[in-house]
Amino acid sequence: MAEKNLDAVGRFLARQGILVAFVLFMVGFSLWNPRFIDIDNVFGVIRSSAILGVMALGVTFVVIGGNLDLSVGSLMSFSAIVVLDLHENPAFGPYLAIPAMFAMTMAIGALIGFLVGYLRLNSLIVTLGMLSAIHGLTLTWSGGQNMDIANQDATWFGVFGRGTALGIPIPVLMFGLLAAVLAILLAKTPFGRKVYAVGGNGTAATFSGIPRARVVFFTYIISSFCVATAGLIQASRTMGAQNTVGQGMELEVLAAVILGGASLLGGSGTVFKTVIGVLILGFIQNGLLLAGLEFYVQFVVTWVIIILAVWLDIATKRGKLWSAIA
Amino acid sequence: MTEQTPVLRLEGIVKTFPGVRALDGVSLTLLPGEVHALMGENGAGKSTLMKVLGGIYQPDEGQIIVDEQPVVMSGPLEAKAKGIVFIHQELSLATELSVAENIYLGELPRKRFGLVDWAQLEANTNKILKKLNVGFNAKTRVGSLSIANQQMVEIARALTVDAKAVIFDEPTASLTDAEKVVLFEVIADLQSQGVGIAYISHRMEEIFKITDRISVLRDGQYQGTVNAAETDEEGVTQMMIGRKLDLSRNESHHELGEVAIEVRGLSCGNLYHDVSFEVRRGEVVGFYGLVGAGRTEIAETLFGLRNPSAGTILMNGEEVTIQSPADAIARGISLVPEDRKGQGLVLGMNCRDNMTLPQVGDLTAGPFVSDGAEVAIFDQYRDKLDIRTPGWRQTVGNLSGGNQQKIVIGKWLSMHPNVLIVDEPTRGIDVGSKSEIHNLIRELAAQGYAVIVVSSEMPEVLHVSDRIVAMYMGRIIRTFTSEEVTEDNLIQAISGIEGGKVA
Repeated sequence: MAEKNLDAVGRFLARQGILVAFVLFMVGFSLWNPRFIDIDNVFGVIRSSAILGVMALGVTFVVIGGNLDLSVGSLMSFSAIVVLDLHENPAFGPYLAIPAMFAMTMAIGALIGFLVGYLRLNSLIVTLGMLSAIHGLTLTWSGGQNMDIANQDATWFGVFGRGTALGIPIPVLMFGLLAAVLAILLAKTPFGRKVYAVGGNGTAATFSGIPRARVVFFTYIISSFCVATAGLIQASRTMGAQNTVGQGMELEVLAAVILGGASLLGGSGTVFKTVIGVLILGFIQNGLLLAGLEFYVQFVVTWVIIILAVWLDIATKRGKLWSAIA
Repeated sequence: MTEQTPVLRLEGIVKTFPGVRALDGVSLTLLPGEVHALMGENGAGKSTLMKVLGGIYQPDEGQIIVDEQPVVMSGPLEAKAKGIVFIHQELSLATELSVAENIYLGELPRKRFGLVDWAQLEANTNKILKKLNVGFNAKTRVGSLSIANQQMVEIARALTVDAKAVIFDEPTASLTDAEKVVLFEVIADLQSQGVGIAYISHRMEEIFKITDRISVLRDGQYQGTVNAAETDEEGVTQMMIGRKLDLSRNESHHELGEVAIEVRGLSCGNLYHDVSFEVRRGEVVGFYGLVGAGRTEIAETLFGLRNPSAGTILMNGEEVTIQSPADAIARGISLVPEDRKGQGLVLGMNCRDNMTLPQVGDLTAGPFVSDGAEVAIFDQYRDKLDIRTPGWRQTVGNLSGGNQQKIVIGKWLSMHPNVLIVDEPTRGIDVGSKSEIHNLIRELAAQGYAVIVVSSEMPEVLHVSDRIVAMYMGRIIRTFTSEEVTEDNLIQAISGIEGGKVA
């Protein structure tokens, strides 16, 4: 009996490999530097991970649906620039700037969803192309200039990035709330089930009467909604933004999703796992800074860790560390 | 036992997976120059045993012995190096490369500076191809070959090494009769050179034609080895499933209800032309014909996957248009597709979620999927169809072919369809599950379902159908009642020879 229990524990741990790695990493780093689990530091990490995290939530849907979204970084820059510009435009102001920015960002999401879902174009090509196209659009909009809110004291716009409620930073609350809602959407609703089916086996989904194109379309709508939210937090936090504020984030987002254990082939992954992936990424980078490593070293170490994590994940699934492609 | 040294011995092989004892002390001896059949239902452990032998799985207990030397197989390459060669049912060829490159993949002959010696490669390849008596040469691109010829390439690969044992896994699944003859000649040739042949197949007539001994597995356990000359189909079947098999013709006649679906003059491009038929409640109509006769395409049209170019479909006397599977489902048409893994199931999903997939949008409590309703449906059809699985959380990909097919059937029965279309219901399924599924189809008809069965297997069509529609080149040649039909007139009809005027 005891042996059976042990076996069950072992299988559970193997399934939760990423979570276990996360806990070990946290414990190890805390022992080495107690400041690491200082409550302020922890909140600081979660807060600075919120923007990346919000974006990763949306991309989780896209990836489970069997596609990629490499345009999120570029689209986030777009939404931040647009919302700041409209905020400064007397015809809009903060109340209209935010819904207008969401509408525009999601319109671009709808275009991507249309191209990938209904026209069945390869999502890698479409979103890579959109990455560049949206960047051009942003630069055109801003005329290449950075956007700033001129009179920062006269607006409540900063609340999304700088505010707190019940002592918790608003970005963290938004991340948590969105994660909860999307987790339920994915795990508990018919739509969520259809996303898994379409990503797991699109043909079988079609043969089950599931409108594949529509499901894929909506995964991109969700992704763009998350990007718009991230753009809002970003713009609000800094009350200004460069045209390139989201540059490179598409890879970090993808890294968090993969680190969480979603398969790039589609059909697997969860919102909770993505959140774990986001936190791991955040704490690794924070740990490296606390360790006194230069900022740029992060890029190297982060990706080494991601590749290691993916390797370990695959190795536990295969039951051996080394496996040549056969 | 003879005094010959076995080329290969497996002794007491045990392999367990979480929750399953896939192999339970299996032993097997392969002598030089014999053809040894390995039989068993899907899920009996044949493929697991082969994977252990090929080094893809490591056994928990037991030994693999080649030429009386115990060995540890680390992978397929090592197996090949030891003279154990596999010919897989599922082809593993690089379709963009030439025949020669495929045959010598990984061991291309070299000349100076490591360059490929193309002349040598071509000569070696053509020598092997000549033995196989095939109609293509070393330079042919593999992707341009028929499936049967690709299989020949796979066999040619095996002939490049000094094989001690060759394992054929369902080699004739996609071969025509003429091609089978060639294959059997190749096997006889290998046999005469003292190679031991292990032959896995579900096809009894082949087994008795070419094998010397037959070993049977059931539920991971070794059932024994018999000389082929001393047994018959019935004996082997009994070893495999532990009981006798019912292969009689369909004779049960119950009351038929009104017409559930009627098709008038339906055409779809050049796939099929001017097709008319009707199916009544309580009736099984079999569609029989050669591959390419247009049967699957008709089924797909009725399910909204193809748009007809002419003709009408009537349900309950009303003309309907079906433009998508969702339309078809809404009208109570269900399709169990021919490709179970590709079209029928999401293999990475669990049993329950697969089964409820078409109706998940309706199984809700508020905005959420109702767990209880889903489990209730799964439990009901698991019991009704006798689906063997540790629980609904089991990933469908881990089930045997027969159980997978039952999940697909359950998925569509739980929709309570007016018309159930079943395309190749028992393809790649073992004999035991086959007869279960046949009985199930009869039972469904008795309960008042209108059932269309598309099949390429004559015994199957004869066994389940009330009427049989024979198709040839996209046209209905003749519709038989179960009284009129004989094997002869059916074969004539599907070969395009009109035996009667009834169309």
